[in-house]
Amino acid sequence: MTLKVGIPRALLYYYYVPMWQTFFHELGAEVVLSSPSTKGILANGLKHAVDEVCLPIKMAFGHVLDLAGKVDYIFLPRMVSIKKREYICPKFLGLPDMVRCLDGLPPLIDINVNLYKSKKNAFFAAKEVGKLFTGNYFKISGAYRYSLKTQKKYFKLLQLGLLPDEALAGLEDGVGNKPRPGQGQFTVALLGHPYNIYDSYINMNIIRRLRAMGSNVVTAEHLSEQVVRSCAACLPKKLFWTLGQRMIGAAFHYFKRRDVSGIVHVAAFACGPDSMTGELIAREARAAGMPFLNLTLDEHTGETGIVTRIEAFMDMVRWRNAGVS
Amino acid sequence: MRVTFPHMGNLYICLKAMLQYLGVDVVVPPPSSKKTLTLGVKYGPEFACMPLKLNLGNFIEAYGLGADTIIMAGGCGPCRFGYYAQIEYAILKDIGYEFQLIVIEPPERHISELFNKIRHITGNRSWWQVIQAIRFGYQKARAVDEIEMAAFKIRPRELVFGATDIAYRSALSLIDSASSPNELDRAKKRAGVIMAGVVLDESRPVLKIGLTGEIFTLLEPYSNLDVERHIGYLGAEVDRSIYLSEWVNDHLFLGMLKGLRSRKDACSAASPYLRHFVGGHGQETVGSAVNYARAGFDGLVQVFPFTCMPEIVAESILPEVSTEYGIPILTLIMDEHTGKTGIITRLEAFIDLLERKKEFRRHAFS
Ligand code: SF4
Ligand code: SF4
Repeated sequence: MTLKVGIPRALLYYYYVPMWQTFFHELGAEVVLSSPSTKGILANGLKHAVDEVCLPIKMAFGHVLDLAGKVDYIFLPRMVSIKKREYICPKFLGLPDMVRCLDGLPPLIDINVNLYKSKKNAFFAAKEVGKLFTGNYFKISGAYRYSLKTQKKYFKLLQLGLLPDEALAGLEDGVGNKPRPGQGQFTVALLGHPYNIYDSYINMNIIRRLRAMGSNVVTAEHLSEQVVRSCAACLPKKLFWTLGQRMIGAAFHYFKRRDVSGIVHVAAFACGPDSMTGELIAREARAAGMPFLNLTLDEHTGETGIVTRIEAFMDMVRWRNAGVS
Repeated sequence: MRVTFPHMGNLYICLKAMLQYLGVDVVVPPPSSKKTLTLGVKYGPEFACMPLKLNLGNFIEAYGLGADTIIMAGGCGPCRFGYYAQIEYAILKDIGYEFQLIVIEPPERHISELFNKIRHITGNRSWWQVIQAIRFGYQKARAVDEIEMAAFKIRPRELVFGATDIAYRSALSLIDSASSPNELDRAKKRAGVIMAGVVLDESRPVLKIGLTGEIFTLLEPYSNLDVERHIGYLGAEVDRSIYLSEWVNDHLFLGMLKGLRSRKDACSAASPYLRHFVGGHGQETVGSAVNYARAGFDGLVQVFPFTCMPEIVAESILPEVSTEYGIPILTLIMDEHTGKTGIITRLEAFIDLLERKKEFRRHAFS
């Protein structure tokens, strides 16, 4: 019987799903993704999480619950660190324990992914997980290597300018590897945690809206690791949040790019890292004279409010562009 | 160089002692107050956690008193604290407060860097003197903690309302003004006498409440709206999961002094509920909840600043501990909008519940 592994479509899904999916496939497991975010999924998350947690975590609760009863395992690794001497966020550190408090879930695969000290730990984690499915060491390491390869391809597609869903589709059929040439009159950089900017339900379709208003959208994932890191290096002290570091690096890069006319920062309400990186980006935007919009999301955020603010921002960008050229 | 530092409860007594022992010119900011917080809220990022805002207010107020150098601890994540100093410094600069910033980072890689910074602050004092100064500061921290613990015990039992607070304040100022180890010994004795002088009603039934949560809100009474004192007034004895000297031992001495409660004990008690550190004191919060429950406490209060990440993780997990051990837990979240009356009402209701529970148990088992 094939084992079914559920992967919640939340949080670092947007980064690592190609790798995770491939790994489990190669081990002979069936991968079940939770449904894309909906009102129902969020409502379920809201019901089971404490009020104080941020929206993305509530959403993640909803996705985990969506998988209950459908799978043999839920893959919810404890993402301690994905980069040497960096972390993601305290809530990622505690997520499996928070989720374990919920009733009626299948067993969690809550392996620690901790590259704080060394990159090698990624493979150790994979080995531990692999043991659940096979006793064959070679099969596990083969699956791991293949999954890394897929992941690399995915990152490459993103760096070509695709968005995650486009890149995932590209991985599937092997075609469409070229980004669509931007149709818009100008370009806006959209920055934020990947699960906030790529989950179109959580952010009320911001990418589609920006595009509909005549803008191309670029994100941190369109940049190479090198560019992002070297730009982030001008901070007085290195940020210890990998995702925050990406955001800052991308912001600093896009500030300098003449083809980028504005920056939108999407933050989660009460998000710790965002409160600090947001401040750093906002102050730099002011200094650079770059139009800047900060959108803060929580479960009470109204669609109309967001739309009005995006429209006002776009007007500003347009005026500025007209004035300059 | 006139040095200042942020407030965190009685920490100033210990830091001031250390620095003055080395002849450093110290400016202690005025105690955190409404004004401090208002300043911090005005200039700080809206969604920053409250300690950052209070720090900022402290610095602005200390600037007014002539401070020109900030000493602060650093950190390497995952919690926000590790980036506080840099953000605060940038904000202060923006609004025209020019400080020199000295951040003491945990000596992860370059111990020499730490030594250089200490050199920079202390000038040409010998290392022996530096060590003596640290010792002196630590002894003050211990002394302060002992007074606090005594106050927790006697406050719910005092015959005259407010007598404990008066004794506490005068004992504390004795410790604070001792300027040498010898003087400190004498001050400690006198402080002990003062605390023992509060008249008590020994027969009064008293509940025991464990107070746990984020360190800053635990140690800084302004930030927790005096929660310990109010619990005491309501007739319950408090034990706090973190004391100043424990923190100093764990963080500055890397747990070298034995015989104190250490974070390791708390963390190991947190498993199986929370099996990994989550930054800040999140794991300690869960662990001390377990320890308090095992030790037979009647209830637990968790305090933390709004949006505090490690404590939100703990908050999500504490209900498990509560059900498993049958111990009620009250969570209090503090920010600039939190009102004192609301907190007191919630404490009253909570303590009522604990009393009824205790009554019920007494009847059931007699
Ligand atoms: S980084 Fe922010 S949004 Fe993401 S889990 Fe942490 S607090 Fe929530
Ligand atoms: S422990 Fe909580 S209050 Fe302290 S810096 Fe971290 S998030 Fe802020």
